[in-house]
Amino acid sequence: MSTEKSTARKIFEWHEQRLPIVSFIDHAVGSQYPAPRNLNYFWNFGSLAGFMLVTMILTGVFLAMNYTPHESMAFDSVERIMRDVNYGWLIRYMHFNGASFFFIAVYIHIFRGLYYGSYKAPREVLWWIGILILLAMMATAFLGYVLPWGQMSFSGATVITNLFSAIPVVGNTIVTLLWGGFAVANPTLNRFFSLHYLLPFVIVGLVFLHIWALHIPGSNNPLGIELTAKDKIPFHPYYTVKDAFGVGVFLLFYFGIVFYAPNLLGDVTNYMKANPLTTPPNVVPEWYFLPYYAILRSIPNKLLGVIAMFGSLLILFVVPWLDTSRIRSAVFRPVYKAFFWVFVVDCLVLGYCGSQHPEGLPLILSRVGTAWYFLHFLILMPVIGWLETPKPLPASISEPVLNPAE
Amino acid sequence: MANTAPAHTAHADGADGETRRDFLLNTTVAAGAVGGALMVWPLIHSMNPAADTLSMSTTEVNTSGIAEGMGITFLWRGKPVFARHRTKAEIEEARKVPMGELKDPQKDEARVQKGHEELLVLVGVCTHLGCVPLGQKVTEPRGEFGGYFCPCHGSMYDTSGRIRKGPAPTNLEVPPYTFLSDTTVRVG
Ligand code: HEM
Ligand code: FES
Repeated sequence: MSTEKSTARKIFEWHEQRLPIVSFIDHAVGSQYPAPRNLNYFWNFGSLAGFMLVTMILTGVFLAMNYTPHESMAFDSVERIMRDVNYGWLIRYMHFNGASFFFIAVYIHIFRGLYYGSYKAPREVLWWIGILILLAMMATAFLGYVLPWGQMSFSGATVITNLFSAIPVVGNTIVTLLWGGFAVANPTLNRFFSLHYLLPFVIVGLVFLHIWALHIPGSNNPLGIELTAKDKIPFHPYYTVKDAFGVGVFLLFYFGIVFYAPNLLGDVTNYMKANPLTTPPNVVPEWYFLPYYAILRSIPNKLLGVIAMFGSLLILFVVPWLDTSRIRSAVFRPVYKAFFWVFVVDCLVLGYCGSQHPEGLPLILSRVGTAWYFLHFLILMPVIGWLETPKPLPASISEPVLNPAE
Repeated sequence: MANTAPAHTAHADGADGETRRDFLLNTTVAAGAVGGALMVWPLIHSMNPAADTLSMSTTEVNTSGIAEGMGITFLWRGKPVFARHRTKAEIEEARKVPMGELKDPQKDEARVQKGHEELLVLVGVCTHLGCVPLGQKVTEPRGEFGGYFCPCHGSMYDTSGRIRKGPAPTNLEVPPYTFLSDTTVRVG
């Protein structure tokens, strides 16, 4: 065997010495990142979210080439994208439904974290950055939804910006500042477009920090135990292949919707041009905001409703301290596991209530659901941690396989 | 001794060992921070209503065509404004409500103009989260108090536009308006 290096290799090394970008990526998501050998499919959703972020930015940049951010032209420019621009329908439906699939990936990713205790020490900062990403995504999706300037865009923009009017004393000044006028109008649309273009790149920066924070302790795993080097395998090729497979399956669902039911997740009211003189009979946000909307509407006081809605998100920041158990994975926490699933159902119920008129049964359900939401975090999480007897933890991933106990 | 002391402490002029160098550093950082902070204001203020937006401030309407019990809706500064020709019964109902029953107590007399008690002029924006309430047309739901019903989160207003039930904290706003003649109103 010759020890002589090929020319390509020499050029590569020359470049790596000056900018070690390939080694950097290899350490981040390549062969130099040791990952737990037992990761299940719930660990696919992080890379799926990243995939959707790239998809959103790509389709968004091309939409922006044909979109006009003006109150009298925005709606028609989107219709032109749909009818006249080559493949405009595809790009817009990918962007529009992409937002939904981005949220699907991220919500599953977050519930994964809640189930396997991925927020616990030493991953608190990683968890925080994840919540910041969620908040930035929500802002981006809200701003984007206003851009087509349909009837629901307009009402959504009005309702959400008015949330800030609940702030005592300065509320109305802040709302006027957000609008750039006395109502949601052209200046509002212009700034929303500017920010809608900006925020996704802020998310890219946050994702970078998220991965960085991930690599300090390394990935958590379904057993939630600390791992030795023996229990790890290189990310590349094992998880690059598994993640790529996940992307394939995810794409089947994503494009299933894009091609066969592109308006299933949207609201028909948004295909009517915005009219400031009327409000549609049932103002509802996109599905991914419904649980928060139900929380907002469950409380018959404006300020308290707004506080509860924002609180339902901000409470996630302190979850690492509300959970008093030292065991990470719900696999070994029978009581927490049961209440975790109750919590999932609670979120779904809240989502349903958010889509209904706030009266009768949906109103009662949304009040119970809201109470339970906060009860889960503020009371159940600490108390279960104190009282529960966890199941014995295995010493390593391979132990239960090599010496099965019973 | 003189050799061991770091050069700049020899020039110490502050009582607790602070040097001229620290002073220069601190004032430079402070001046930079204040300058940077001052620059933030033009950026923020640029988001406030611009001069042309502020200038679109009045709207004139003719109220002669509004039949009793009906209302018209028009835009003023980008917001819907309701003008409603109230019936005798509606006015009476608004006037006999005891103040104690109101969330945001205000007499009906204070919300309309003398001599034009039948004409109720309101900013048609729910004080909860800004939806446009229903009730301008007789066919629309008007809520339990005969005035307006906001479909968004169920706020109900009476025939004086006062909040009676639901999450909205205050009465529908009465915009500034003047009668130019018996049948022309200028809002703003
Ligand atoms: C985090 C990533 C993003 C999310 C979650 C997101 C979300 C959305 C949503 C929900 C809509 C409304 C779709 C509709 O109802 O038609 C939208 C529209 C739009 N977005 Fe984005 N977006 C993202 C990134 C971007 C980027 C990076 C750009 C531009 C560079 C962009 C440009 C646009 C444009 C021009 C529209 C209006 C056209 C339309 O309504 O289809 N988006 N976005
Ligand atoms: S906006 Fe009218 S009740 Fe909420």
